[in-house]
Amino acid sequence: MTEHPKVLTKNFGDPAALGYEGYVANGGYLGLKKALTMQPQEIIDLVKAGNLRGRGGAGFPAAVKWGFLGKTDGPKYLCVNADEGEPGTVKDGPLMENDPHQLIEGVVIACYALGIKSAYIYIRGEFYKAIRIVQAAVDQAYAQGVIGKSVMGSAFQLDIAVHPGAGAYICGEETGLLSSLEGKKGMPKLKPPFPALKGLYGAPTIVNNVETLACVPHILTLGADAWNALGTEKNGGSKLYCVSGHVMKPGYYETRHSITLRELIYDVAGGLKPGRTLKAVVPGGSSSPILTADEIDVRMDFDSLGKAGSMLGSAAVIVMDDSTSMVRALDNLMHFYSHESCGQCTPCREGTAWLHKIMSRIVDGRGEAADIDRMLDITGNMVGNTICVLADAAAFPVQSYIKKFRPEFEEYIQGHKRLSLLGHREEPATVGAH
Amino acid sequence: MPKLTINGKEAELPAGTNLIEAAKALGTEIPHFCYHPGLSVAGNCRMCLVEIEKAPKLQIACNTAVGEGMVVLTDSAKVKKARAGVMEFLLLNHPIDCPICDCAGECYLQDYYMEHDGHASRLEEGKNKKQKAQPIGPHVMLDKERCVLCSRCVRFTDEVSKTHELGIFGRGSTEEIGLAPGATLDNAYSGNVVDLCPVGALTDREFRFKSRPWFLKETATLCGGCSMGCNVILNTNTNPYNKVGQERAYRLFPRENKAVNQYWMCDEGRYTYKAVDAGRRHRTLVSGAVAEPDAALAAAAAALKAAAGPKTAFLLHPSLTNEELAAFRWLAQALGVTQVSLGADLLERGQGDGYLIQADKFPNGRGAKDQGFTLDGGAELLKAAKTGGLDALLVVGHSLADAECAELRAKLKALVGAHSQGFGGEARFDASLALAHAAEQDGSWTNVQGRVQRLNRALAPLGDSQPGWALAGALGALLGHAAPAGDAQSWFAALAANTPAFAGLSLDGLGAQGAMPAAAAAQA
Repeated sequence: MTEHPKVLTKNFGDPAALGYEGYVANGGYLGLKKALTMQPQEIIDLVKAGNLRGRGGAGFPAAVKWGFLGKTDGPKYLCVNADEGEPGTVKDGPLMENDPHQLIEGVVIACYALGIKSAYIYIRGEFYKAIRIVQAAVDQAYAQGVIGKSVMGSAFQLDIAVHPGAGAYICGEETGLLSSLEGKKGMPKLKPPFPALKGLYGAPTIVNNVETLACVPHILTLGADAWNALGTEKNGGSKLYCVSGHVMKPGYYETRHSITLRELIYDVAGGLKPGRTLKAVVPGGSSSPILTADEIDVRMDFDSLGKAGSMLGSAAVIVMDDSTSMVRALDNLMHFYSHESCGQCTPCREGTAWLHKIMSRIVDGRGEAADIDRMLDITGNMVGNTICVLADAAAFPVQSYIKKFRPEFEEYIQGHKRLSLLGHREEPATVGAH
Repeated sequence: MPKLTINGKEAELPAGTNLIEAAKALGTEIPHFCYHPGLSVAGNCRMCLVEIEKAPKLQIACNTAVGEGMVVLTDSAKVKKARAGVMEFLLLNHPIDCPICDCAGECYLQDYYMEHDGHASRLEEGKNKKQKAQPIGPHVMLDKERCVLCSRCVRFTDEVSKTHELGIFGRGSTEEIGLAPGATLDNAYSGNVVDLCPVGALTDREFRFKSRPWFLKETATLCGGCSMGCNVILNTNTNPYNKVGQERAYRLFPRENKAVNQYWMCDEGRYTYKAVDAGRRHRTLVSGAVAEPDAALAAAAAALKAAAGPKTAFLLHPSLTNEELAAFRWLAQALGVTQVSLGADLLERGQGDGYLIQADKFPNGRGAKDQGFTLDGGAELLKAAKTGGLDALLVVGHSLADAECAELRAKLKALVGAHSQGFGGEARFDASLALAHAAEQDGSWTNVQGRVQRLNRALAPLGDSQPGWALAGALGALLGHAAPAGDAQSWFAALAANTPAFAGLSLDGLGAQGAMPAAAAAQA
């Protein structure tokens, strides 16, 4: 059985660590102290050697992304993406609520490495508690000289501003976040130009996830080798996994990338409820293609899940037991994506809403066998054809749910057909075991 | 310059050219809704997706610049499928109310449906309902159901008019164009959003339900609303079988000219087409009574002849074409008339806005100046006429108040007029001739920049009216002088021969974009 390291969550549950002194007493800001003795490029090389992958969902190597930052004498920015909204994900919120200084330390190190003097922490609007706690920690960091005109007595200067969002899923997309931060409607921007060259207010900008930056101080203190030892090849460090759904102990857990999905469900999250069998698992947030019960012996790192035809994404594991109606689950997801589509690109705006209309009709007992292929065809016209990947995120579940559970969809449509001799709508059918 | 191939055709185009423009240069149309050359790139309609060799997915042509060695396909199976998909999505919630939509016949959705989609809707559920026929300003009506959310109108109000009245509100498929809180779309350029709208979401409140566009004749001509001379298309219809009412001119909309008006025109100019039909003075009069044109010309000539002498003056107008002015200049010389004014001082100046709208509200002051006319001095002429300093006055185009006409009549031996708009004092003239409107003649105006631009005849002159050069020529002939020219082309040629500002130009050589004479170009 895997032993679970406590690196990112080591201060969790210690209220004193919310304060500057408590954080320092637990070994905080040592990474930053070390960083300030190094050359910026050395830090970037170290993070590269630590194989830190972007933990917002894409898994792109963080140091490589940093390397894209445009060279300029003018302003450049770091934006912390704390707009955690992928259904099933609960890791950035806890990281901010339990250990805000860990995030701040990561931000300061990254800014020092990249020569950035202004950072924004863009926090999802509903995260009232996190907004309050992070703001208090930023205020303390200013008071303690961790940030401000002179970072820990050095010549490096940094300002950090906390900015609450207004609760839109799309503002978690990095350019949607930038639009929102600029005071515009949260709509993703056309790429190219990419944010690293032309981002916030038209200046070179790096957008990093909360967890990604929270890892950075530990790479400094542990060194690349010890950090890598916590992970798997090319997936450095320990990782926060969010397990929800039909398990005995839903929650977030820090463990190694080398853990398998089976171990995560059965050993870490306490397994299924008594008498239930596993039906399906979403391994990395609602957008990731679903896995069936016999596909769970997969290692929970970016590359292994990619090879398994899904993705680690935000590491939000949604477990579904045999009581789940895949039809209703997909309907629920389509409601989410059609509601959250920013409406900018035609295929996403119309496609997500259409898919939801079809799913609602199927659930309502008015589906037709042809709806299944129609939905697949609609998703075919969405994937890859839009500015951001929300259309893909809506299409992948449709494709994978139908691919892996097609008979269930067919049976549902057949079994719930309602007689409507007079053509009027009847009461919704009672369906499913729940 | 990067070399690339589009559908196998090679092209070499300046760096920075986007693929829609590049394909256009090769004669290939890449369909699009949101892209407009005069606005920033939004990239949201996804209609211009094309296949680029080595790119993992389809790319939007509007946001892709030409690159060295780029291999672009605009007609591959993948591209065709994506386009059909986008069309299906756009029409999904569209009301398809073409039979009652003003845009029918000039709608991108209709054209692209025929070309790129062509299959029946697969939507089994109800369509989204949105607000229809909402007036959003004095000139524009919004139908939210027809909108494809391309954001052209929003970008126009942000980037060109810079008035920010419009925005996109809501999210997803319930998203809609709307007015910012408290705003009305009443900027000086609001009508342009109607031209920009690729579908029937924004329609012109004046043009609504007036005519089907396919019944309208298009004439490339100029707006005469001010001295900018914006390039426009004038839509006309004279076929009694497919129209109601007497109007012949239906609308004006801008025509691209990067050196003058880019793609736009102002609202003030847009509705000047109404003067083509409204308030016209199109019958010739002799002492206030309707007379045949020949009789009126004879009466005019007789009056001028009887009063001939050094105390004759011409009061011309800065709306006359270069050809009309040239003809009256010739007539003045032939008759020995030295007192000639354009009367610009009698005309009200408006407000300019530093963009297209000029304070000088008349289209050809610059052309008159280039021909050596005195622009001012109108008030002095009238004063002289009212105090016995003149015997004869020819008034062209100026709408003088009736009381003023009465004063003139009392002192002058001969008072002759030529007008296109009625003004009330006609009956006091010995002869009142009917002048053709600028939409009724070929010719040219010189705009405030010095650019000589072409007017094309869209309609036959109304009633008895004739172009000014025809009137001047006929008067000259009756007074014993043979005119050197008989049509707009030859009057322009005469001008080019004897006036340095027009040297080297010809009327038919002006082309659709006008020409900048060497002298004016050097000055600019």
